[in-house]
Amino acid sequence: MTAVTAEVRRTAVKPRSHPSSHGETRFGFAMIGLSVLFVAVFTAIPIVASLGLSFFSWDVISSPEFVGLENYRRLFTDGPVLKSFGVTLGMALAIVVLQLTVGLGLAVLVNQRRLIWVRTVFRTAFYLPLLASTAAVSIFMGYLFDYKFGVVNYYLGLLGIPNVPWLTNGFAAASTIVLIAVWQQAGFTFVLFVAALMSVPTDVLEASQIDGAGPLRTLLRIKIPLISPTILFAAVVALINAMQLFDQPYIMTKGGPGSATTTVTIAMYQKGFQNLQFGYGSAIAIVLLAAILVITGLQFLAARKLVFYQ
Amino acid sequence: MIHSTSTLARIGRGTGVAILVIAAMVALGPLLWTVTTSLRTPAEAFTNPPQWFSLHPDFSNYGAVFDRIPIGRFFVNSVVVTGLIVVGQTITCTLSGYAFAMVSFPGRSVIFGIFLATMMVPLQTIIIPVFVIVRYLGLSDSPLSLVVSALGSAFGTFLMRQYFLQMPRELGEAARIDGAGHFQTFLMIYAKMAGPAIATLAILNFSGFWAEFYRPLIFLQSQDSFTLPLGLVGLQGNLGTGSISVVLAGVVLAILPSVVLFVFAQRYFIAGITAGASR
Repeated sequence: MTAVTAEVRRTAVKPRSHPSSHGETRFGFAMIGLSVLFVAVFTAIPIVASLGLSFFSWDVISSPEFVGLENYRRLFTDGPVLKSFGVTLGMALAIVVLQLTVGLGLAVLVNQRRLIWVRTVFRTAFYLPLLASTAAVSIFMGYLFDYKFGVVNYYLGLLGIPNVPWLTNGFAAASTIVLIAVWQQAGFTFVLFVAALMSVPTDVLEASQIDGAGPLRTLLRIKIPLISPTILFAAVVALINAMQLFDQPYIMTKGGPGSATTTVTIAMYQKGFQNLQFGYGSAIAIVLLAAILVITGLQFLAARKLVFYQ
Repeated sequence: MIHSTSTLARIGRGTGVAILVIAAMVALGPLLWTVTTSLRTPAEAFTNPPQWFSLHPDFSNYGAVFDRIPIGRFFVNSVVVTGLIVVGQTITCTLSGYAFAMVSFPGRSVIFGIFLATMMVPLQTIIIPVFVIVRYLGLSDSPLSLVVSALGSAFGTFLMRQYFLQMPRELGEAARIDGAGHFQTFLMIYAKMAGPAIATLAILNFSGFWAEFYRPLIFLQSQDSFTLPLGLVGLQGNLGTGSISVVLAGVVLAILPSVVLFVFAQRYFIAGITAGASR
């Protein structure tokens, strides 16, 4: 907020060196006023405050106490919290890779269908899971993957496969939550890729056919390079979301069994809001933010070599 | 191409269709099970094999869910919270998006740059200060806390700005020559043409905030303030496996408004997803 208002004030008194009239300036400021106010108070200030709070020890009741880098020192020696970063990274990478692969595969297959109604039917089917809230999905998936009574184990049982501890074994629980997240989110990448594939110019595709390229070659050499900017965008968005994974593990496993599905955001919730350690919680938040920014940066770096811009 | 339709190509196409059909069954199966199980009696709900088609639907669960929890109250809370955010953001983002696109004022690019920078920061990493501010404003445990802290949106502003940027400036200039004021030009000419962008933003906000679980979990403590997702998770936690059909009835009720809206405004749901990709 201070930064924003200072900016507004400084630029407001700057002598006008461009043609915008005094009335237009006032109009512009009036129009952005509400947005600036709300974005400042509930996004910009909290970013600065989150960083600031991470240098304090604060239990909400007594007044905050400056502790310097203590929270960060503690974080880097706090085994369970460090583990939550590993858990999050592993689950997030799995989610992103699967979500992109499934979304792209289905998009390519749907795109090959010539009949419009066939495309519409599949598009609707793959989109529907996105209409349910993650809370709703976590509830019914919890029942479906129930160890004793769940439908999934029932059908596996018919095939002679013994009951799988989907949510009650550490590795299995993390994998199940990854699959459930992919089940719901694949529709997002699917919709993006269908739109991108439709925008691939037909003359390019015809040219590659005339040159004798088969469907697989056309896909790998023409279509995927042409939609690679969309793939990059999907990878970035999917990863930022997956790094914040909270609802499904919180509702289905409470971060367990043990700490197998305790993601960073669950650890932060426990430290910050259950143990009322706002300073320590903020430090976890800042390290998570840094991790997200670094990974996003790496994605863009990799994209320099891999993404094809027309 | 058509002449070279070999057996191999036909097998390939058949496999493609088969994969699509299986994928659609996987995508829809859990949703179908949720609906049909919500129509079984609580005693049968967890008995296998599951019922994929309801021959004798039992709607008693839909009554029971109202008796077990104040789901009517949750519903009203969700409608009010989502509705106010949708309307509020439509106003704030349309105004600011227009200004950043069409009005020249000093500091415009710097302020817009700050907006873009905040878009990079996920909500979860700033939730502690947001919670403190909400509490300081005296809004803790009120559904209004969810509304007030979501009335501004850098992304929404960005989305509206992109749309206004494509509009011809000549229309506004002509209106100005005819004596229309700045605000009149905005309201009577440009805002009227912004319908598709407003619809996209509204749908995006509806789906996001109707389903929201994280902020309600942190901001709200008493059951009377709960929104639907939070209330349903509480219901699931309080009941044993004996009444999953009641819980699932609640889940179906919570999803239904999204499905109805999707039927009528499908293209704006799709536009909402692809809108960000133009960045």
